[in-house]
Amino acid sequence: MRIGVFVCHCGSNIAGTVDCEAVTQYAAALPDVVCAVNNLYTCSESGIAEIQKAVEAHDLSRVVVASCSPRTHQPLFQSSCAQAGLNPYLFEMVNIRDQCSWVHAQKKEEATEKAKDLVRMGVAKSRFLEPQEDIKAPLIPRTLVIGGGTAGLSAAEALADMGLEVVLVEKAPEPGGLLRQINRLAPEGDRAADRISALVETVMAKSNITVYTDSEVESVGGYIGSFEVAVRQKEGETLTEKVGCIVVASGAVPLQPKGMYNYDGKTVITQMELEEQLGSGSYAGRQVVMIQCVGARSPEREYCSRLCCMTAVKNALLIKEQDPDAQVHILYRDMQMYGTELEQMLWDARGQGVRFEVYDAEQPPTVESDIIRFYHPLMGENREIAYDLLVLSTPLVAREDAPALSQLMRVPVDQNGFFLEAHAKLRPLDFATDGIFVCGSARYPATVAEARAQGLGAASRVASILFKGERVIDAIVAEINSETCVGCMGCSDMCPFGAISYLPEQNICEVNMILCKGCGNCAATCPSQSAQLRGFKPQQILAQIRAV
Amino acid sequence: MDVGRHPNIELLAYSEVEKVDGESGDFRITIRKKARYVDEEKCTGCGECAEKCPTVISDDYNMGLGEAKAIYRYFAQGIPSAYTIDANHCRQFHPKKKCGVCAKKCQAKAIDYDQQDQMIEVGAGAIIAATGYDLFDAQKTPQYGYGRIPNVITALELERLLSASGPTEGHLYRPSDLALQKDLSEQEKRSKKLLKTLGRHEKKFGQTSDEFYPLYESGELQGKDYDKWAQQLKEHRELTQEIEGKREKADKIAAAKRLAFIQCVGSRDIRFNRHCSSFCCMHSIKEAIIAREHDSEVEVSVFGMDIRAVGKGFEEYRNRGARKSGIRYIRSRVAEITENGDATPVVWYEDTLTREVRQVPADLVILATACEPASGVKQLAEILGIELNNFGFFKTGGSQPIDTTRPGVFTCGCAQGPMDIPESVAQASSAAARAAQILLKG
Repeated sequence: MRIGVFVCHCGSNIAGTVDCEAVTQYAAALPDVVCAVNNLYTCSESGIAEIQKAVEAHDLSRVVVASCSPRTHQPLFQSSCAQAGLNPYLFEMVNIRDQCSWVHAQKKEEATEKAKDLVRMGVAKSRFLEPQEDIKAPLIPRTLVIGGGTAGLSAAEALADMGLEVVLVEKAPEPGGLLRQINRLAPEGDRAADRISALVETVMAKSNITVYTDSEVESVGGYIGSFEVAVRQKEGETLTEKVGCIVVASGAVPLQPKGMYNYDGKTVITQMELEEQLGSGSYAGRQVVMIQCVGARSPEREYCSRLCCMTAVKNALLIKEQDPDAQVHILYRDMQMYGTELEQMLWDARGQGVRFEVYDAEQPPTVESDIIRFYHPLMGENREIAYDLLVLSTPLVAREDAPALSQLMRVPVDQNGFFLEAHAKLRPLDFATDGIFVCGSARYPATVAEARAQGLGAASRVASILFKGERVIDAIVAEINSETCVGCMGCSDMCPFGAISYLPEQNICEVNMILCKGCGNCAATCPSQSAQLRGFKPQQILAQIRAV
Repeated sequence: MDVGRHPNIELLAYSEVEKVDGESGDFRITIRKKARYVDEEKCTGCGECAEKCPTVISDDYNMGLGEAKAIYRYFAQGIPSAYTIDANHCRQFHPKKKCGVCAKKCQAKAIDYDQQDQMIEVGAGAIIAATGYDLFDAQKTPQYGYGRIPNVITALELERLLSASGPTEGHLYRPSDLALQKDLSEQEKRSKKLLKTLGRHEKKFGQTSDEFYPLYESGELQGKDYDKWAQQLKEHRELTQEIEGKREKADKIAAAKRLAFIQCVGSRDIRFNRHCSSFCCMHSIKEAIIAREHDSEVEVSVFGMDIRAVGKGFEEYRNRGARKSGIRYIRSRVAEITENGDATPVVWYEDTLTREVRQVPADLVILATACEPASGVKQLAEILGIELNNFGFFKTGGSQPIDTTRPGVFTCGCAQGPMDIPESVAQASSAAARAAQILLKG
């Protein structure tokens, strides 16, 4: 065993608090350490050159760098070791900056002692490191898109243009999604049917897109790079497709307000039904009242559906356009006209004489055959408005089969049945499971523009994987010893990435190295130490702890 | 970090696009790489230079609430980690001063006072404009007193105050109290200095200041040296009194407890920006929840017309703010903010429920300032050859929400209008897809 230790000053970042020379001298005296070096900046060109020189000159079998965070610098040091001919997994990093000098800036002597402790621990662990090889896996350059609405079609179009093959599965007899039922689009005012027909045509014309209509995904096996998907077609025939990635764009459906506000589909209708009336010319209202948040922002469905306010204002403007004398009242709680164009529509609607009345969620309006009564909290009084058409603005809700679909792919849905992304802010289109993405209203209600942007975005997430040609995965993954595993499945319950499967015939669990992210949950759970995480095996961690 | 390390990404920070020639698939872009006066390749970001730099400037990153040096890094985790000299403030660039401390201190020999702006030409098939936004200048609404009433601040200033790495390490001290403390410490410094000077006089003339002064007053001691001594003594006595008063006040300083958030400052306002800035309702709620987590005695009111919690999980978050953090949402448009005797802002508004004009005092008033088109956006639009929309942001079309009016030029995020983080991130991915689409389609 020949260990080299490199202690970094990081300018004054570490050396301002820790006596780096003392730490280096200390390290030099540790067993098996054959060289210990002080660098002003280990990560600088000269620092790296020094490591590489030492690997050769001292025939090092381990390299330990005591510097900053492995998050930022481990890849650099590892690749430098590899260049010098040392297996990169025989490198160990000790963080004496974030975990020492930065947090103990006031206590120089103690910080130096702690840095020595940390280095001793790192050296102790490094003795038990094992060489590893990166894991390589193939990627099938083909993508499954589930759902042929705006989001799914946009994803398919973009992927096809990038030269990747796409399989698009649509449940309905024709692609197009919700836009097929919508009249006009705000704020441009063009017909939804025209917009969606153009998109469908573009997609259908691409030779590298295969569209299965009247079809459903029946099962999903495999993992990123090579999923195996069974698609059941209308005729009952099931075929198998092999794809590298999956895009979920299965959309959402408008809530049917059964039993609410005397909904009857005639004088009390939904916004979707109004869209149909306005589109077909059968609309004949004069005194229109719209109620917002019907079945939304309520105890049973807490979320705001984002689209209903703009839909109401869009339709109110269309009514005013064809009949300026029509009375239109919108009963609302908050008008969610976010951004530029929507807020402009709200101004315009006010200008056209559309009346906006606040109601109190605690005292919702009551509906009689031709009159609606409500308490107006801003005026502090009870009001009544006569109507001949009452329009209920209902939210988009998750499809009933969304949970079943999510289970096929082993990805989560939220409490409302919408697909749950990996990170609410920074990874809105990814799932925690690699190779599967989400876009459009399957994630959360989205406008046409938003659904298109998200569809394109999902395509780019897919492309960033499939264009690599081959997947290279860090070798720090878990492995399960088949000799000692008793198949209790404690590990598979704890795995957040669905990387562990149970093999009933052998009664053991097995890790899929492609899916494993090396979190170590399984290793911490396993009662027989059968599950172990490479690079963090019991003897490695115990050596580190015993050195404290 | 991932971007900075990516082998396929060349990051040109502190640079501006000056000219775009060519067309979709084959653009030639001229970029001005501004002089940092520090060699990016050599600088290791150690910070020795800033530590020793004698010139203190206001810290832009902390919204001027803290201090920086004339050689600075905009914020600690920035990429590249190289330092930059602010030539407007650096002594070395002043015609009459000399300094050179940073060059002496830099072990990497990275300081280069003679560095010039560099013009770079880059070829690219597609361009993505993700230039973001600016915040509305709250001083344009004088009735809210920003800039005049110290404890009326903007949401971004509150972000810095709430940040553990910010100027108050996350404690919610009022700017008026911070100013008092700063004043006090400066006066204490001055007082110490004066005391030393007085000591020198006492030593020189062999008598204490208390012995000397009555004699000087009576005219027994005369002369220039005595005049000076007397004047400094007087100053010291006055200063001591002032310090005592301030110290008494400073001892009573407590963190702010009553917070009032004012929504739509410069947004949904016909005088400034008609549009809704989309994200301010949520950041006010978030800041309120964080302030309350930091200190359970904090009480929050949010004054707004509509609370627009439009996004995945947003309505739930707003309800949680009310339920768990006690946020009161008050439907109103605040008329005016005044200040009472002890630097406490007072929010005047109409309570629409009782139809009364009411006033509530608050320790801190936080203005949710509008998201506006970035300054220079017109110029950039001209350089890129693209149009702006009616609201001053980059114009995009309905069926191609990421495309600008020029083929091959795309835009995402708040450059095309206000939006929240998840939407910006999703759009960024779609801009990448649009670029790849046209480049790979060939």
